Amino acid sequence: MDNFLQSLKSWYFSLSPDGQVVLWGVVKILIVVGVVQGLVAYSVLAERKISAWIQDRVGPNRTAPPFAKYIPIIGPALTRWGMFQPLADGLKFMFKEDFTPAGVKKIYFFLAPAVSVIPAMLTVAVIPFGSVMGHQKMVIADLNVGILYTFGIVSMGVYGIVLAGYAANSKYPFFGGIRSSAQMISYEISMGMSVIPVLLIVGNLNLNAIITWQSTHGWLVIYAPLAFVIFMVASFAETNRTPFDLPEAETELVGGYHTEYSSMKFALFFLAEYSNMVASSAMMVTLFFGGWTLPFWGLDHPADSIGMGILHILVFLAKMCFFMVVFIWVRWMFPRFRYDQLMDLGWRRFLPLALVNILITAVWLWMRS
Amino acid sequence: MAITVNRKPLTFWEKLYLPAILGGIKVTTKHAWGTLFQGKKVTMEYPEQKWTLPAGYRGAPYLVKDQDGDTKCVSCQLCEFVCPPKAIRITPPGDSGQPADRTNAEKMPQEFEINMLRCIYCGFCQEVCPEEAIFLQKDYSLTALSRGELIYNKEKLLELGGVSPGIQKWKHKQEEAEAQENFPVKV
Repeated sequence: MDNFLQSLKSWYFSLSPDGQVVLWGVVKILIVVGVVQGLVAYSVLAERKISAWIQDRVGPNRTAPPFAKYIPIIGPALTRWGMFQPLADGLKFMFKEDFTPAGVKKIYFFLAPAVSVIPAMLTVAVIPFGSVMGHQKMVIADLNVGILYTFGIVSMGVYGIVLAGYAANSKYPFFGGIRSSAQMISYEISMGMSVIPVLLIVGNLNLNAIITWQSTHGWLVIYAPLAFVIFMVASFAETNRTPFDLPEAETELVGGYHTEYSSMKFALFFLAEYSNMVASSAMMVTLFFGGWTLPFWGLDHPADSIGMGILHILVFLAKMCFFMVVFIWVRWMFPRFRYDQLMDLGWRRFLPLALVNILITAVWLWMRS
Repeated sequence: MAITVNRKPLTFWEKLYLPAILGGIKVTTKHAWGTLFQGKKVTMEYPEQKWTLPAGYRGAPYLVKDQDGDTKCVSCQLCEFVCPPKAIRITPPGDSGQPADRTNAEKMPQEFEINMLRCIYCGFCQEVCPEEAIFLQKDYSLTALSRGELIYNKEKLLELGGVSPGIQKWKHKQEEAEAQENFPVKV
């Protein structure tokens, strides 16, 4: 074992600095993607549990592998909480028949799930999920234009859905695709506009810089509460969550854009939706709620030990999970918007509001300087 | 003739959606709290908890024994004939068959089978039985690993059916007969 570690160490130091960066990049990508997938799996469980509680039910509490009942106390408890349910869900998706209906446009039909899941996974690349551990910054890509990158990638998410609606070659998915293209493009504008006050206040597009600014001045939600509200509502619309889930309105459109999909392809759309939720929550935490910092216990500056580094990551995850719960909670709180109300809210309420907010923030900053 | 429904225009607060949001938070929190901490869930966790079945519930039909533990069925085959889905099959004892368990009965079935997969729980067999030998009981969850296992034979039906003493309908006849004794009713 020692020998192995020694050889690993010497191999690492024999790499060029660029090689070391690439190696760490790959390691971080693997870990982050794994964590996001795990979060997605368990947020599906959270969705089912929370919806159950709100509707006076118990939720999934039976699924368990055969060995679970032999673990004293913990095993039955985990079963009660439905902790094994995501495993069963995943297995189910894998073993289901991957059915391709006769009428679909084959190439687009295969392409659409990939096109919708890739942007969802790419968004997390720029989000700083922790301060530092050792010499490694806890962010996959410390881009100077982090926010612009995010908006660029997020706006690609719509293509997967539109393509799925088009490829299915049947009317309900088509309606879903049409709705989502209109909805997501409309709300992207207010979303983009809502962040500008944040950028004006901080004066930097780098997400790490935004977090550093917040650790000295306080969370940005205090400075730009209106921006936060608009950003949150717009991110609900962007991720197709209730009350803006028109693209996948089950009661109206059978299943929306993914009606014709089954098995793993359907699972990819599912994954994309929940990854988008994770990414939106992460963005909200980073932009408005101080990212990995907490204003006390000395958690507001980059970590100087591994333990503090881990603590920062946990703080970030906790904040993110809070917003995930909000996402889920809201789904079981409100009915869906009508289509014209949705457009009205996006174009005639939030867009002017966001613009006014930019103006007010700019004037306020100008008065202070 | 079209009817115009008066819709009140939304007030300023309502247009902000804020009262609706607060109301939603209130309702969902109340329900989640009640389910989580006050045990107000409406789910009945089935295999552990079960319904209390109402009187007169029509479950699976089983054969019953009388108070002496004898087979009440006399193999008249009325239930077999009346059974709409043809779930019952009776093999009569024939000329040289086994004599009936109980006295006063001419015969009893050599084999009595109910296919529980065919049975529709209509209760006609119970209604038609002159000997009150078959009753719809309170079993509703019959499971098996094969179709064959769900064809219940006489032995199993008798075992599941339990005991139902006497034949109540003769009691009524008896009362009638006794009433005949002092027929011209004295007013």
